[in-house]
Amino acid sequence: MLMAANINFNVDGLINGFWQLTVDGLSWGAIYALVAVGYTLVFGVLRLINFAHSEIFMLGMFGTYFCLDVILGFTPSGNAYNKGVLLTIVYLAIAMVFAMLVSGSAAVGLEFIAYRPLRRRNARPLTFLITAIGMSFVLQEFVHFILPQLIKGYGGSNAQQPILLVQPKAQFTIFGATVSNVTLVIVVSALVLALATDIAINRTKFGRGIRAVAQDSTTATLMGVSRERIIMTTFLIGGLLAGAAALLYTLKVPQGIIYSGGFLLGIKAFSAAVLGGIGNLRGALLGGLILGVMENYGQALFGTQWRDVVAFVLLVLVLLIRPTGILGESLGKARA
Amino acid sequence: MRSRMARNAFALGSAGLLVFGIAGCNQSTPEESNSQADLKIVEQVQIDENGAEVKAAGDVKPADPTGDGKATCPPVSIAMAGALNGPDAALGINIKNGVQLAIDKHNAANPGCQVQLKPFDTEGDPQKATGIAPQIVDDQYTIGLVGPAFSGETKATGTVFDQAGLVAATASATNPTLSENGWKTFFRGLANDGVQGPSVANYLKNTLGYKKICVVDDSTDYGLGLAIPVRETLGPVADSACNIQVKKGDKDFSAAVTQIKGVSPDAVFYSGYYSEAAPFVQQLKDGGVEATFVSADGTKDPEFVKQAGESSKGSILSCPCGPATGTFAEEYTKKFGQEPGTYSTEGYDLGTIMLKGIDSGAITRPALLDFVKNYNGQGVARNYQWSPTGELTTNLIWIFKVQ
Repeated sequence: MLMAANINFNVDGLINGFWQLTVDGLSWGAIYALVAVGYTLVFGVLRLINFAHSEIFMLGMFGTYFCLDVILGFTPSGNAYNKGVLLTIVYLAIAMVFAMLVSGSAAVGLEFIAYRPLRRRNARPLTFLITAIGMSFVLQEFVHFILPQLIKGYGGSNAQQPILLVQPKAQFTIFGATVSNVTLVIVVSALVLALATDIAINRTKFGRGIRAVAQDSTTATLMGVSRERIIMTTFLIGGLLAGAAALLYTLKVPQGIIYSGGFLLGIKAFSAAVLGGIGNLRGALLGGLILGVMENYGQALFGTQWRDVVAFVLLVLVLLIRPTGILGESLGKARA
Repeated sequence: MRSRMARNAFALGSAGLLVFGIAGCNQSTPEESNSQADLKIVEQVQIDENGAEVKAAGDVKPADPTGDGKATCPPVSIAMAGALNGPDAALGINIKNGVQLAIDKHNAANPGCQVQLKPFDTEGDPQKATGIAPQIVDDQYTIGLVGPAFSGETKATGTVFDQAGLVAATASATNPTLSENGWKTFFRGLANDGVQGPSVANYLKNTLGYKKICVVDDSTDYGLGLAIPVRETLGPVADSACNIQVKKGDKDFSAAVTQIKGVSPDAVFYSGYYSEAAPFVQQLKDGGVEATFVSADGTKDPEFVKQAGESSKGSILSCPCGPATGTFAEEYTKKFGQEPGTYSTEGYDLGTIMLKGIDSGAITRPALLDFVKNYNGQGVARNYQWSPTGELTTNLIWIFKVQ
């Protein structure tokens, strides 16, 4: 057997590229963070690890693609369109809204079809977990085998031929690191969405409902909070953010729209949620950013093929020291 | 709470409608972006192990399965084994269609000699192939086999065909060790993996004269197996400052791009498959790396060009597989509604060789084995003549370019 395991300690590479790696890492972290919110909210409310969330994200990518391809009429070519800044932003906004709607409704649909019947029957937590894993496969294989027969040219074994709206271009440099337009769009929109979600959870009425159910669902019900509606809203918020993340991801990796494209990213996002403290909204956001940045440092230091290893070793190390994650668990208690 | 939610939903909905309205107005005007150049993977030259270009033997016409039209034979059949279903089916179907075309042309021209094609689906799985091999051998009408398609299944079944004395000519199995098993019935219709690495490395170094090359592999058996001989043959030309390993499944190569940019090489050799090569080449170009992108058979797939678009332009791809040219390509496209894929040409050529044997009266297994063993003739892809172990006597690699 050939051994692929070459570890290098490229300290120079890490120091020289430090700021560039930080910037690139933040853009990945922003995507992880948005997806991580879906895991963390559902866990907070239901104590359920929704493994199918990565497929909600994947459906969001296909939603983005469908919107650009069919609704906006772009022809896939693998080449970048040049539409001018304003028009591109309008197109991106439309695609994002569409992707959010697709992912949001898929998440709510998933809850309705897979989890609600289980709750009715008072199924054990393990049953939920296995259902989540099962639904993850169902959605993947749906896109792999059934979608190509429903919509020609969609799904199947190969990635979608990319539709590039934005040609990555350096915008400005900060500490010697070039910031491209794609990075800028990703980080800014992720920040806006994260802020909006934070406000929605911490300042609004149904946000309070979500926190109440997470803290003590029986008492919350007694106080007049509709648990079922709260659960639905939670899935909806998670789905909406996953859809937005899907659009941002396709900007970064236009060739990534494939049935299996959500899997690894979902696991990373879940790790980010655990890293920050699962069940904790701000923990998920922070965990995502940290994971993205550390992963990028790690791949510069040890070699590109160690990227995923670095991410998971980091997770293990943090959990050894702080078993509840950086900011601690529990959506209900996280006020700050 | 309910009325507020309803109001919010209404506001959101109308905003959405407005946005779609704007979109609708714009829909009529999405001009085609920089006139999507019809990029294609086009064959350039054949090279030998020293990387030197070998001119094709000029005006020698490839063997034609139609023959003289007067052949007579009892009912015999040629089998084909490979993945015809499942995730790896594309290659198997390419080969099967190639053989099918040869047989159909032969049968149409020779009413007195009707040969049947018997396809067997192994799904590319060595275990399934082991179960299927006896079925092929037990069919007394079958006197030749094109296949198995993959190296694993060929390894698992070679002994069975050897004992039955059934010609098993593979159109795509490239693992170098297959010819070391002492099988008398094994024939490989193309160069093996041991040839490709040194050939392409020497071509880059000697023929194209590149001074500094970054070799990037994807850590798979295939990618690393090819990258090692490439690095060895390139020697100091393979810059150790950009000896990079990535992982299959990666889509973000920003760290690798930064590293390569710092070295500013003449070329980047990527040893891996098209699904990673496409985003990689695009990110290289976006990152301002001007180096020529070079890759091998794992990337030589139309999907590579589809996914990478303009960025793939000028990429050099090597492959032991031959190009589909001339009337073969036209007839194939007409018959199957798609252009010949990788290894279709090999399937067609190997099928043709067996049909030539049948037409010449080799209608038993020993006779056909003897015929193939002593065969020497031009095919669509290359000249076919085998050494006693079943390797081609001239192992040439084709160089393709995206243009």
